[in-house]
Amino acid sequence: MQRLVLVGNGMAGVACIEQVLKLAPSFDITIFGDETHTNYNRILLSSVLAGEKSLDEITLHPLDWYVDKGITLRLGVRIVDVDADAKTVTGDDGSVVEFDKLLLATGSSPVIPPIAHASKTGVFTFRNMGDARALLERAGPGVNAVVIGGGLLGLEAARGLQVQGCAVTVIHLVDTLMERQLDPTGGTYLTRKMERLGMRVLLSRRTTAVLGNGHVQGVELADGEQIDADLVVIAAGIRPNADLGRKAGLIVNRGIVVNDYMETSHPDIFAVGECAEHRNVCYGLVAPLLEQGKVLAATITGNRGPVYEGTVEASKLKIMGVDVFSAGDINEAAENESVRHEDPSLGIYKKIILAGGKLKGIVLVGDASESHRYMDWLRTGADLTAKRKHLLFPDPVEDVGFDVAAMPDSETVCGCLGVSKGAIIEAIHAQGMNTMAQLKQVTRASTGCGSCTNLCEQLLRAVAPRFEEETKSTLCACVPFSYEQLRDIVLSQKLKSVQEVLNIYGNRKGCEVCKPALSYMLDMVWCGEHEEDRSARFINDRVHANIQRDGSFSVVPRIRGGVTSPGELRRIADVAEKYSVRMVKITGSQRIDLLGVKKADLPKIWADLGMPSGQAYTKGVRMVKTCVGTDFCRFGVQDSTSAGIELERRLENLYTPHKTKMGAVGCPRNCAEATVKDIGLIGQEGSWQVVVGGAAGKKVRKADLLITVESTAQALEAAELFFQYYRENANYLERTYDFVERTGIEKVRKDTVYAPEPDRKKLLDRLERSKAIAKDAWLERETPFHPTQFTQIEPMEKVLV
Amino acid sequence: MTRENNWIRITKAENFPLREGRPVSLGGVEIAIFNLGDRFAAIENKCPHQGGPLCDGIVAGTAVVCPLHGWRFDLDTGAATRASLPVCVTIFPTRVEDGIVQVNVNGGSRIEMEDAA
Repeated sequence: MQRLVLVGNGMAGVACIEQVLKLAPSFDITIFGDETHTNYNRILLSSVLAGEKSLDEITLHPLDWYVDKGITLRLGVRIVDVDADAKTVTGDDGSVVEFDKLLLATGSSPVIPPIAHASKTGVFTFRNMGDARALLERAGPGVNAVVIGGGLLGLEAARGLQVQGCAVTVIHLVDTLMERQLDPTGGTYLTRKMERLGMRVLLSRRTTAVLGNGHVQGVELADGEQIDADLVVIAAGIRPNADLGRKAGLIVNRGIVVNDYMETSHPDIFAVGECAEHRNVCYGLVAPLLEQGKVLAATITGNRGPVYEGTVEASKLKIMGVDVFSAGDINEAAENESVRHEDPSLGIYKKIILAGGKLKGIVLVGDASESHRYMDWLRTGADLTAKRKHLLFPDPVEDVGFDVAAMPDSETVCGCLGVSKGAIIEAIHAQGMNTMAQLKQVTRASTGCGSCTNLCEQLLRAVAPRFEEETKSTLCACVPFSYEQLRDIVLSQKLKSVQEVLNIYGNRKGCEVCKPALSYMLDMVWCGEHEEDRSARFINDRVHANIQRDGSFSVVPRIRGGVTSPGELRRIADVAEKYSVRMVKITGSQRIDLLGVKKADLPKIWADLGMPSGQAYTKGVRMVKTCVGTDFCRFGVQDSTSAGIELERRLENLYTPHKTKMGAVGCPRNCAEATVKDIGLIGQEGSWQVVVGGAAGKKVRKADLLITVESTAQALEAAELFFQYYRENANYLERTYDFVERTGIEKVRKDTVYAPEPDRKKLLDRLERSKAIAKDAWLERETPFHPTQFTQIEPMEKVLV
Repeated sequence: MTRENNWIRITKAENFPLREGRPVSLGGVEIAIFNLGDRFAAIENKCPHQGGPLCDGIVAGTAVVCPLHGWRFDLDTGAATRASLPVCVTIFPTRVEDGIVQVNVNGGSRIEMEDAA
């Protein structure tokens, strides 16, 4: 059996081994990796840093895979020498292993520019899983981070650190960010976007020294300016790891030189990936590495024939909300012409470069949605003469399904793995696939940078006989992310309006399902400081009344704790008469409902009532139902009436994922039914039980005990902790009883009443911030949100019928 | 029905907030007018299901969703979308002149439903 040794357990090497196994499963394979992790998706390290993926999620080949394939895996061992004549490699642990064929896939290392004291503690590179771990450990709020290098990796690292809470400064040597991929104008657009995310970007600045005594405290620039830093990341480019090639006596320029068959100058030694140099190019992106791997697998297994002829490189910046795409030759040489479109206020810049009617290069900033089309033109060398008028703007497509249908079968869907639309469809038919997981496993499409996931899903949806949605539940087809993901997106991308979320992450339209949910989420995440968009609200929340089956509305004023007064009752009676209210109804929540009110009368009725909104029309704080407690009841042992009124006063005017009904009772007889409320306070001799997650509606559920406390103040605080926790963590339209069941009362307790003091304080602080901004919605009678909010429009002229 | 143009000046465009609808009564015909950002749309303000006020619905792209039971109508054609029933509402042509939204109250049209039925 031929012994094949792979040095380098990364994406390029292992992908090549996968191909080798397909062609000739008879090799005795040994893989050396100097990292301690099995093969993972290095491209997604920045997604890990940005909190979008966990380290576990980016594993490409788990240990089982190596075992299954009979591969000997040596992790944490660095190969330090190659003897090409004796055909052995030597590890840094002293082990010597013989090979018949040697595959070098050693990748590349970060370039450290000449900066004084660059080895201080707190200076990092961003290249492997260890780096990502170290950065995640140190990054956080209050940490000043400096990133040296404004290229693809530097910017992704910078954004990741910022998402982790750091204040970030990017220092770039030249005057254009990502200058290898962008022209100066594109760079300016990108700079603006990064600055809008809250990052400081310094261009044309050279870092000369890292400052600090042992641990980094800052950096110094060539012009003498000093910038504070607790953490420095150097991302100034990469250099191929070609040392082993030199030691083996191979021809090495910048990288290990390979021909179109991926052969080096030694017949039994091969190189693939970032350490290889093909036709004077060392590639640093994933797509070319995988193409090389396929060719090399053929060569190494004795099927020499396929050739690698180079790759049109395409780069995509992986920062959510910052679309940057670049491919091909973007230099404006004399024989080239460029077609461009700019929209400064939208932050969109598109440029394509043509020569002889063919596409040569692409720069897209702010909107990369068309990148597939351009890449297809670039790869196929399509003649664009006839398309000149529609180069940058295709005919608008109505829905996404049409988009997929319109793609030619030859068009590449997954640029990383080089999978075409035709190949995917063929695989779906041949294998009877119905899930994304199957599609990924069989075709590998979307397993690289992941940017084509949506496209793959659309194809699957269109073609698969029994398409199954991934188990992740998305908020809505309009914006296909889970509720949790969207909450993170909104927070990390600083999105403040519903339309913004829909424009960047959705179908730009939205619907009656996602719009109110997003409205709630923005309000909650930004503690009321979002951009309120009433068009995204259900009618009840536009006019603060409950729409009835005939289009009229109902009015329920707030009667805290169900305690009213003769004066209030008189005003309610007067209003009912004055506006011919069709029904006056005592509700189940100890309040009074005025039914059959015209929209236009709402502001007048609110003014005449002089009472605040009872929020009976919305997903918000309804009421605290109380009993008469110690004031009158001879059994009462706690003053539940005052406690209930105080609780209602503290939480009123706030919004919740679904309606929140509360109760407070003065003894375990439970007359106000606190045990079937979302939050209940149950008085007993010398203490309060605080219960949560009760229900007496469509579902009946006895509330769970959250905590038993001695004082009323403690009971109110426990209620507030749970209330805010529910606000922040429940899905929209999820009642407390579902939320508590889903989460588990143990976890609810641990995260609220039993949480460490600082965490409890944070919850209460956020509640406090929301309360500070919350106000009685019915005050819009004086300052309407929009001048015609409550009005029937009067036409300017009479209609002659 | 007469097909003569009868353009009625309704009100200033800014009285219609973006992506919201407002009701107007034109000679006994109840109409909902929507601001779609790049244009205005006018439809009969009555859901064929249970008479819900469509002016109060959430706008989803170029459709409106009835606030009562979620029936959805295309604002360009008046057809119910996503519904199994072949129903529709009347649509009216709109235009904006000198910042005033106008509706052609005699230009109401309904798509033919016989085929679908």
